[in-house]
Amino acid sequence: MKDLVTLRVNGDTHEAAVPTHWTLLETLRYAIGLTGSKQGCDKGDCGACTVWVDGVPTLSCITPVYEAVGAEVRTVEGLAGFRTGPGAPHPLQDAFDICGAAQCGFCTPGILMSAAALLEENVRPTRGDIREALSGNLCRCTGYTKILDAVELAAARLRGEVELSPVERDVLLPPDSALAAAAEEASR
Amino acid sequence: MSDWTRQSDPPAETGGTGTPMVDEVPRPDTGAVPLHPREDGYNAELSVIGRRMRKTDGLSKSTGRARYTDDITLPGMLHGKILRSPHPHARILSIDTSAAQALPGVFAVVTGQEMPTPYGIIVWTPDEQALATDKVRYIGDGVAAVAAVDEDTANRALELIHVDYELLPAILDPEHALTPEGAATPVHEAKKEGHNGNISKIVKLEFGELEAGFQKSDVVIEGEYFFEGTTHTPIEPHCAIGMWEEGGLSVGRLTVWSSTQVPHYLHRELAKVLELDPARVRVIQPAVGGGFGGKSEPFDLEFCVAKLAMKTGRPVKILYTREEVFLAHRGRHPFKMKYRVGATRDGKLAAVDAKTLLDGGSYSSFGLVTTYYSGQLLTAPYEIPAYRFNSTRVFTNKPACGPKRGHGSVQPRFAFEVSLDKLAERLAIDPIELRRRNFMGGYRRTVNELRVTSNGFLRCLDAVERASGWKEKFRKMGFGRGIGVAGSCYISGTNYPIYPNAMPQSAVQIQVDRSGRVTVFSGASDIGQGSDSVPAYIVCEELGVPLDYVRIVASDTDLTPVDLGAYSSRVTFMMGNACIDAARKIRRQVQEAVAEEWGVKPGRVLLAGGRAMDAQDTGRNIPIREAFNIAEAKVGTLGAVGCYNTPKDVHGDYRGGTIGASPAYSFTAHAAEVEVDAETGFVDVKSIWVAHDCGRALNPTIVEGQMEGSAYMGFAEALMEQHILKDADHGRAGLHNAPSLLDYRIPTSLDTPELRSLIVESIDPEGPYGAKEAGEGPLHPSIPAIANAIYDAVGVRMDSLPFSPPRVWRALQEKAAREQAEPERYAAD
Repeated sequence: MKDLVTLRVNGDTHEAAVPTHWTLLETLRYAIGLTGSKQGCDKGDCGACTVWVDGVPTLSCITPVYEAVGAEVRTVEGLAGFRTGPGAPHPLQDAFDICGAAQCGFCTPGILMSAAALLEENVRPTRGDIREALSGNLCRCTGYTKILDAVELAAARLRGEVELSPVERDVLLPPDSALAAAAEEASR
Repeated sequence: MSDWTRQSDPPAETGGTGTPMVDEVPRPDTGAVPLHPREDGYNAELSVIGRRMRKTDGLSKSTGRARYTDDITLPGMLHGKILRSPHPHARILSIDTSAAQALPGVFAVVTGQEMPTPYGIIVWTPDEQALATDKVRYIGDGVAAVAAVDEDTANRALELIHVDYELLPAILDPEHALTPEGAATPVHEAKKEGHNGNISKIVKLEFGELEAGFQKSDVVIEGEYFFEGTTHTPIEPHCAIGMWEEGGLSVGRLTVWSSTQVPHYLHRELAKVLELDPARVRVIQPAVGGGFGGKSEPFDLEFCVAKLAMKTGRPVKILYTREEVFLAHRGRHPFKMKYRVGATRDGKLAAVDAKTLLDGGSYSSFGLVTTYYSGQLLTAPYEIPAYRFNSTRVFTNKPACGPKRGHGSVQPRFAFEVSLDKLAERLAIDPIELRRRNFMGGYRRTVNELRVTSNGFLRCLDAVERASGWKEKFRKMGFGRGIGVAGSCYISGTNYPIYPNAMPQSAVQIQVDRSGRVTVFSGASDIGQGSDSVPAYIVCEELGVPLDYVRIVASDTDLTPVDLGAYSSRVTFMMGNACIDAARKIRRQVQEAVAEEWGVKPGRVLLAGGRAMDAQDTGRNIPIREAFNIAEAKVGTLGAVGCYNTPKDVHGDYRGGTIGASPAYSFTAHAAEVEVDAETGFVDVKSIWVAHDCGRALNPTIVEGQMEGSAYMGFAEALMEQHILKDADHGRAGLHNAPSLLDYRIPTSLDTPELRSLIVESIDPEGPYGAKEAGEGPLHPSIPAIANAIYDAVGVRMDSLPFSPPRVWRALQEKAAREQAEPERYAAD
C-alpha cells in the first residue's frame, strides 16, 4: 500500500509514492535518492540519520514520513550552499575535511546536521557545548577529538575570525620550503 | 644488543597535540638482524610526506556524496532477507520453503543445500557454510534466504519458511566445552577419533629457560584475568548487492558490491562456494562505514545476494539489521588468562608464563591466528629472557569471535601490563622506570625470534611521562584520583598471507594522463583509515604533482591489482611501498627524458611543486604536464606497476614462528588519568595521553586520528563494552544480551575523555619513508593504563573487564572488608 507524499527538502519540492509505514529516512534515501543521510541502527540510537525538520535536528529513522509533510527538511546535501555560495561547502564541511574529522564518514552527515544546528544557535560554543550537542550522534572511528576540533574551527570561521589555525595553515597553503628542500636534496 | 635508541638525545619538547618528535636515523651497524631497505632509499628531504594534508575523500564524505553500498540502487533490484536460527545448537531435519516460494512478490528462496561448499577465511579451517545445511551453531546462524520485490515481502516470506530442528544441548561456557559432558555433543565434529570437537586450536610454545628464570626471580606476580568479549560496532551495517549477467559473450558474470575490508579474499571465497571461474567474479568495495576487523571475512549475505541474483537474474541487495551485525560479530574473544611474571629485585623481567582459554564462539574465523597472537605478540617492547604460553581456543554456541582492532593481543597485553604494575609496586619502582629498565632496544630479535627493527618505545614513555605530568601525579593525587601507565607493541602487517602463495602482498598501478593528471589504481581497502589518501601523497611526493591532480581508483577486483585487504595494520606499510615502487619507475622516465632535452644529468631534474626544474638552475623549469609530455613522446605512454612483498627471513624457525612475524613493529605508551567515585564505583577517565611510534607520520592528522580512535576504542572496552550472551539463568540460553546500539554501550561525545596524541617517529628502514602502522597498536595500552590508574586512585585491582560501576564498587567493598578483617597489616602498608 503506497501513498503519494509531498516533501520539501533542501528547498525543493518532491512528490514520492511510498509505503504508508515508511520513515522520513527511507523516503529520503530510497524514494527521493538523497542517500547522504545514513541508517546505522534504524531505531534512533546512533544519530547517523539526523536531518533538520523545520531547523530542528531530528532522527529521521524514527520519524514517520507524514510528520515531515508540510515542513522544511534539510539534509547534509543541503548543507553546502546553505551559509555559502551555491554548491560551496559549509564551513563545517570544510573544517571536517581539514581536521580529518571524517574517517569512515558514515556518522558524518548526522554529526554535521547536529553541529550545524548548534552553530545556528550559538556561534561561540565551548567544547562542552559541542560535546552536549553531539551526544546523540555515535562515532566509532575518531574518539570525537577531531570532530570537536573541526566544529571549533568552523565556529571561528563563521564568526569571521579569519586568521588560520596552524593546522589550517599547514593544510591550505603551499609549502614554501618544498622546492628549496628538493633542490637541496638533488644538489647533494 | 644494539642500544642506539638508548643513546639518542632526550626527545625535543612534545609541544602541542601530535607534534612529531625528533627523528632517529638507524645506525648502519645493525648487522645482527637481516634488513631489506629499498636499494634506492627513501627520500631524505620530503616536501609532501609528513605534512597535514586533506584526505582525497574528505569532502565527498562531509558533503554526503560518498557512496556506500546501501546507497546504491540498481534497476530491477530485489531485496533479500536471511532466516536465522532461533536455537543455539540444533540439527536441521528439514526445511520447507514452498509456502515462501508461493508468496506473490517472492522471486527466489535459497538454502544451504544449493551452496554447500565449506569455506573459511583461514584456508586450513574451512568450517563454515554460506547457509547451514546440517546443523545450526548459534542463535542467528543463517538457514535460508529469500529475494523479494521489497523488504516487507521478504520478511513475510521468512515467516513462511518452516524449519524442523532437533535441539541439542547448548555449550555456552568455554570451560564446560572442555569437559566430557561438553564434548559429548560438540559444536563441531572432532576431526580425529577420541578428540574433543570443541577444541578449535591449541598452541603451546616455550622460549628460553623458563624454570631457571623463575628460580632466579626475587618476585613472582601471579594473577588471573578476564577480558570480556567486545564487538566492533561499525556504524554502517554490513550490506551487499549481487548482480548476475548472462548471455552474449559471457557464460555468466557475477558482480558483488560489498561493505567488506577484504575484497580479494571475498573474491576467492565467492568463486569457491558458488563454483564460478574467479575470472568471472568481480568484487567492488564502495565506501565502507567502519570495519575495525568486523568486515574482514566473507559473511552469509555476500553468498546469498550472489546466489539469489544468479537464480533470479536480477540484482539483489541485503542490508543487515543492527541485530544481525551483532550476530555476525567476529569480535574480540573473551579470554581467561593466568599470568606468572617473575623478575629480579632491580625490576628486570626473568620469566613470563601465560595460560589462556579463548572462547571462540561457533566457528573458526581467524581463530587459528588469534590463538597464536594471544602469546606471540607479547614479547616486545620488553626484554623477556624466558617465556612460555599455552593457549586453547574452544568452540561454543555463540556468534563466532574473530579479529577486532589489535587482534588477539589486546587481552594478553591487559593482563601483562597490569602484572607489571603490580610488580613495580611490590619492588617500589616507579612503573615508568620499571618499563624503561626492561626496554629491549631495536634491531634485534625477541625471545620468540621475531625481528624488531626501529623501536621508539622509550621516547613514547618519555612523552607520556612529560605530557601527563606523571611525576607530580603518580601516587600523589590522593584517594579517588589516579594515573596509570602501560606500553605495547603491534605488527605492521603479517609477513605471510592467509593462503600460502609467493606473490606480492600489495600492488599499485599508476597511469599518467597528458593533462598531468595521475590515476592510481590501488587494491587497498579504505575503511576510513585513509588508504585512498596515502598513495595520493606518495604520488605527489615522487612525481611533483599537486594533490588535486591525483585520482584514486580503489578496491575493485576487475580494475585494481591485488592487495590483500585492510587487516593486521598492513596497508600503509605494504601498499605505500608498492606505490613508491610504481611512482619511482615513472619518475625516472620523466627525469631522463627531460634531462636529455635539457642536456643535463637526470639527477638534476626535480619534480616538485607542480613543476620540473633544474636543481642547479631552478630558473629553468616547466610545468609538470610539459615534462610528462616530453617523456611520453620519448618513451611512450606513461604508466607503471609497483608491488611489495614481505621479507621471508625475519621470522622464528619453529612451527608457528611465522605467525606474529611482521616487517616492522609499532610501539605505544599510554598514561591515563581517572577519578573514581568510591560511593558509586563510577570511573571517570579524565584524559588519555597516547604516544605512538609510527615510524614516520606520512600525514600527522591522519595518524592522530588513528591514535585517538584507537585510544577511544580501548577506553570503551575498559569501561563499557560487553558482548555477552545470556545463559539459562538469565533468559534464553545463547540469546544475545543487547544487540542494539542503545543497550550495547559505546561511548558518546560526553563519555569520551580528552585524547592527547603524541606522535613519536623512529624512521623504520623498511617502511615507506620510514612509516609503520598506527591503526591498531595505539589501542592496546588504554585498558591496562586505566586499570592501573584505578589502582592508583582507590587501591583496588581491576583484573576483570569491564570496569563498570558495579564491579568497581564491589571491589571497593571487598577491599574495605579485608581492611576491617586485617587492620594492622594494612596499617603497616
